[in-house]
Amino acid sequence: MSIDPWTLAAILAMAAATYLTRILGVWVVGTRTPTGRLAAALDAVPGAVLVAVIAPTVLATGVAETVAAGITALVVGRVPMVVAVGVGVTAAALLRSLLASG
Amino acid sequence: MPPDSVCVMSLRDGAFDAIPVSLAVAPFGLVLGALAVQAGLSPAEVGLMSALVFAGSAQFVAVDLWQTPAPVGVLALTALLVNLRHVLMGAALSPKLGAFPPRLTAPAVFLMADEIWALGMRRAIDRTLTPSYWFGLGLLFYANWFLWTLAGALVGAVIDDPLRWGFDFAFVAVFLVLLAGMWRGRTSVVVWSASAFAAVGAHQLLPPPWYVLIGALAGMAVAAISVDRTAP
Repeated sequence: MSIDPWTLAAILAMAAATYLTRILGVWVVGTRTPTGRLAAALDAVPGAVLVAVIAPTVLATGVAETVAAGITALVVGRVPMVVAVGVGVTAAALLRSLLASG
Repeated sequence: MPPDSVCVMSLRDGAFDAIPVSLAVAPFGLVLGALAVQAGLSPAEVGLMSALVFAGSAQFVAVDLWQTPAPVGVLALTALLVNLRHVLMGAALSPKLGAFPPRLTAPAVFLMADEIWALGMRRAIDRTLTPSYWFGLGLLFYANWFLWTLAGALVGAVIDDPLRWGFDFAFVAVFLVLLAGMWRGRTSVVVWSASAFAAVGAHQLLPPPWYVLIGALAGMAVAAISVDRTAP
């Protein structure tokens, strides 16, 4: 178990780059409460990021993914998160194997 | 109740809330560790990368690009690009950190993985985001990611393809649950439609890391523009 110096350098550089992206937004905005358009834009970030992450999988990958997302959306809010995740994963796995063999 | 026990409870709440996402990333951690060893990294290096970088998608891309000796500049630039979305996420998180003493901001931000950020933002909707809750979320998730990637490196390819088992869908399900908690009626329909449309378009046309950033920016732009229409 050894650590190569170039690998160490690469890991440190990746860590610095990643940390920079994480701290930059916090530095720029600070803890003051934004108002107006900036507030509206920042309020929209959580939903907009989550939607952007899942949209290609949900809407543009295949029937199995779209239907499994629909099934998950139906149980969301009625059951605990762990159960909703279990339903989603099971639905995706079943639908993929059904549609692949059919 | 003395403040200390409130702190411990909130730390435990955070750790508890991080359990679903910790389970969801386990197969990915195993696969990443196994792929990294195949790409030429030692298990010690895999553990070090998870401990210091702590960013799943950037680590997958890095392992994909890995050569010996490591191309330091390319890997750093790729990590920067893949993680650009964190700038927007940090900007949105920043106003919620009012309860954090300044000395805790830097370590708190180190733990800002997508999942931790999303759970923290969800918490901030109806409660003050406390340092103990945030570190409860982040430290459990951090230890979990470190251990699964290290296990993958030590054991090798345990699960050959997480897609086949539907594990990748755990993230979609977790994010749908979080989105349900962020629903704000008509505003959400407009903003989220813009994000989804832009993300799907960007996903078809551009290399992978861009679609998240473009989708997020489209949603933010629509939200900023539509403020005027709802203002008196």
